[in-house]
Amino acid sequence: MSNAIRDLLFKMADDALIIGHRNSEWTGIGPMLEEDLAFSSMAQDKIGHAQALYKILNEVLGEADADTLAFKREEKQFKCCQFVEQPIGEYDFSIVRQFLFDHAELIRYDMLTQSSFQPLAKLAKKVKGEIKYHVMHADTFVKQLGNGTEESKARLQSSLNYAWYLSLGIFEKSEFENELISENIFAGEDELKKRWQEKIIPILEAANLKVPATDESKIVYGGRKGFHSEFLKPLLDEMCEVVRTDIDAEW
Amino acid sequence: MGEFENEIQNTMNTLDPRIKRLSLEPSAVVEKTNSHLITYEVFHQEKRGKHVTHVGVVHASNPEMALVMAKEVFGRRGKTTNLWVVKTSDVYTFGSDDEDMFETTPEKTFRDPAYYKVRDRIEKFQQRQKPL
Repeated sequence: MSNAIRDLLFKMADDALIIGHRNSEWTGIGPMLEEDLAFSSMAQDKIGHAQALYKILNEVLGEADADTLAFKREEKQFKCCQFVEQPIGEYDFSIVRQFLFDHAELIRYDMLTQSSFQPLAKLAKKVKGEIKYHVMHADTFVKQLGNGTEESKARLQSSLNYAWYLSLGIFEKSEFENELISENIFAGEDELKKRWQEKIIPILEAANLKVPATDESKIVYGGRKGFHSEFLKPLLDEMCEVVRTDIDAEW
Repeated sequence: MGEFENEIQNTMNTLDPRIKRLSLEPSAVVEKTNSHLITYEVFHQEKRGKHVTHVGVVHASNPEMALVMAKEVFGRRGKTTNLWVVKTSDVYTFGSDDEDMFETTPEKTFRDPAYYKVRDRIEKFQQRQKPL
């Protein structure tokens, strides 16, 4: 059972770390001061979630400490979905990604408040409020831009089309799926995906966006098993650059 | 007022329609990208039941967006229970020339509770209530 929990924690933590790092790339170049601050602050929240999850891996499951897990692993060892690895693109893509990713996060953490694995249930209760704000932020922008000018609508729609199959990769199942469900640790990716679709589709429609049709064969899987896009390696190289200059330094 | 306005010939479009600001680069073309944004005054409440305090301004296109912005700009440190946002143009205020209406108020100390020295009378009263 501990391997199932380990797998779940790693994929959640790696998603949070990588999206946090990506979104922090907007710091200083956000579209306006207030938004620069808000987006940076939310990126910090994500790094915080990653840290908390790595801490559980360390303290409960005997993995290395959070810094080691974040900065000293190889690309192959990361379990994040390929969606979070994608470059920030233009703001429309970053907003669409936040919308699709954080709606899934909010539902995932909400489901995990019921987890039989207590450390995770406790963490889920603690950070739910933060993610609620991330979702509110994304919803507000999606609604605003979707009902905005021709340009804002077109940009949002094309980013949604681009993001769609990547975002469905969030729900890639692992070999431990049945175990997680039967042990009441997590109600499963299928359940999460179902709830996610019920939640996001009405919002997209209210924003005058067309929900892309889904061809199962086009969903971008692989991340959960260590197969990543060409964008993860350069991200890790940059993120770990300082640590690698002196791998044994004390911080 | 009119004189002052004449002094600033070279103004630029700002996010706050009430204020004309001097452009430091006369030839610069100011993009109107954000011209649809208005300002909202932000009020911060530390604890439930406590009154809200004005803390600043955010730019936003609607009240919801204003709250989203206010949350991180003014609520990301310390304790916050709630925030209010009010469209800046919905705030009514006295003219700065009319400040003289308030000038003599500080002299009217008879309106302060501390003006009345009643401690000795209270003590006398308490003495009288004591059983002999």
